Amino acid sequence: MTSEPKSSRLSGGPVGFPFAPPLPLFLLNPILKRIVHRIAAQNPDMFDRLGPHRHAYFLIDPVDMPLMLYLRPDPEALDFRAVNRRALPPHVARISGKFLDLLTLMDTEQDGDALFFSRDLIVTGDTEAVVCLRNALDDVDEPIAESVADMFGAPGRGALNFLRRAAENAQKRKGAST
Amino acid sequence: MNAPVKPELICPAGTPAALRSAVDAGADAVYCGYQNATNARNFVGLNFTPEEMEKSIRYAHDGGTKVLITLNTFPPSGNVQLWKDMVDLSARLGADACIVADIAVAAYIQKHHPDMRIHLSVQAAASSPEAIEYYVREFGVKRVVLPRIMTVSEIRGLVEEIPCEVETFIFGNHGLMVEGRCSLTNYVTGQSTNMDGACSPAACVKYERAEDGSMSTILGDYMIDRFGPEETAGYPTICKGRYKCDARDGGYYAFEEPISLNASTMLPELINAGVHAFKIEGRQRSRAYVKKVVAAFREAVDSIMAGEEPKLADLVALTEGQKQTEGALKTKKWR
Ligand code: SF4
Repeated sequence: MTSEPKSSRLSGGPVGFPFAPPLPLFLLNPILKRIVHRIAAQNPDMFDRLGPHRHAYFLIDPVDMPLMLYLRPDPEALDFRAVNRRALPPHVARISGKFLDLLTLMDTEQDGDALFFSRDLIVTGDTEAVVCLRNALDDVDEPIAESVADMFGAPGRGALNFLRRAAENAQKRKGAST
Repeated sequence: MNAPVKPELICPAGTPAALRSAVDAGADAVYCGYQNATNARNFVGLNFTPEEMEKSIRYAHDGGTKVLITLNTFPPSGNVQLWKDMVDLSARLGADACIVADIAVAAYIQKHHPDMRIHLSVQAAASSPEAIEYYVREFGVKRVVLPRIMTVSEIRGLVEEIPCEVETFIFGNHGLMVEGRCSLTNYVTGQSTNMDGACSPAACVKYERAEDGSMSTILGDYMIDRFGPEETAGYPTICKGRYKCDARDGGYYAFEEPISLNASTMLPELINAGVHAFKIEGRQRSRAYVKKVVAAFREAVDSIMAGEEPKLADLVALTEGQKQTEGALKTKKWR
């Protein structure tokens, strides 16, 4: 089990939640399940990169959202769901960052090490498991963000473009303030 | 002195997707390795299976890009078979060169695959004309990757004296304690960079966060650094750790600072010095890094060769600790 990350850089914290999804978990979870099954079907080889960690549970923590994501990248027992921040299930590692930073990682536009160096990405728990997950997600043909957007047709692609612009603007603001 | 040649851009790939990104971004050659101890980036979840290598070589060749295979570790005594097998495999798959550090591996290639180009790895740490001439004479080495300890004027002098091509690093991680042949990581993790191919494997790394937002990096049983809440971080390697020692007050980067090499402003000088190939470090980095860095240097090299002012993209966001240096290329006193 990993400790609770806190960082002044990642101070979006549980207040504000600019990217709060409008859906309750029982509506969100079937969609997440569909997403993970689709990605797994499209990229069967990606699991090989997970080595011994394919049975591990990961917590993905968008610090500016009211929920966290719980992922088990096991092709025989895939699991991907949203969980409540107040009742975290057992996990081997936790990856925390702002929602837009995590999105750009999934869009293969952002380098995970660079986010780590700048302290915008926090990793706690089993570092090797996280590195393997990163390598697996990085070695897919089509960026995962794009595959997910495609599943929802034109509105999905529109939403991704909107979020990409938001991420780009956030990046520029960060660049201007450093 | 001969007219400067257009240097090849040698780009890193830790996964097939990164290789495709490098090819698409304009790499002249990609270097990559297998998932075993023959490869000095032998990290879990990284590198290529033989099947992936075969497909990747095909993809690269279709795009006009060469593939150089990293067999750049030192076989333990009496245990060279794995290295020989990987040489045979690379020849069978049509690799364009093998990058080797050990003379036994070089001798095997020369004897059994005389058409295979041998590039001498930076791990061999050959930097004098005498050492390089020895490798060229005895093993037919075609190119030497220079250690990151030489100034541009030293490189120019060397190029004029030696009978093979020269490759220099221009960007990326800057760990140059005899280029990875240090024993510090072996002491702490039980694994050797030189023979197992893994410095600071992730299984030995832990990040611990404190209430105040500071973060400690633990390698094996040792805390090797602690970053304040607003401080940028570096790689979890011993050489980049901060230690208390009598010579200084407080924590001190006793070996190296967490900083990356960025020689983008020195490219014209390096080209004029006769360097044949520019190497970008980072096989452990993501596809996004490969895409951005390769594209930036592709544009810069092409502009310089066309007699134009290169537009140098700002790559500092991708550097370790978000700090960069021209390293020894500029001055021996880079620290
Ligand atoms: S500790 Fe530093 S110098 Fe030693 S092998 Fe690792 S990266 Fe290289």
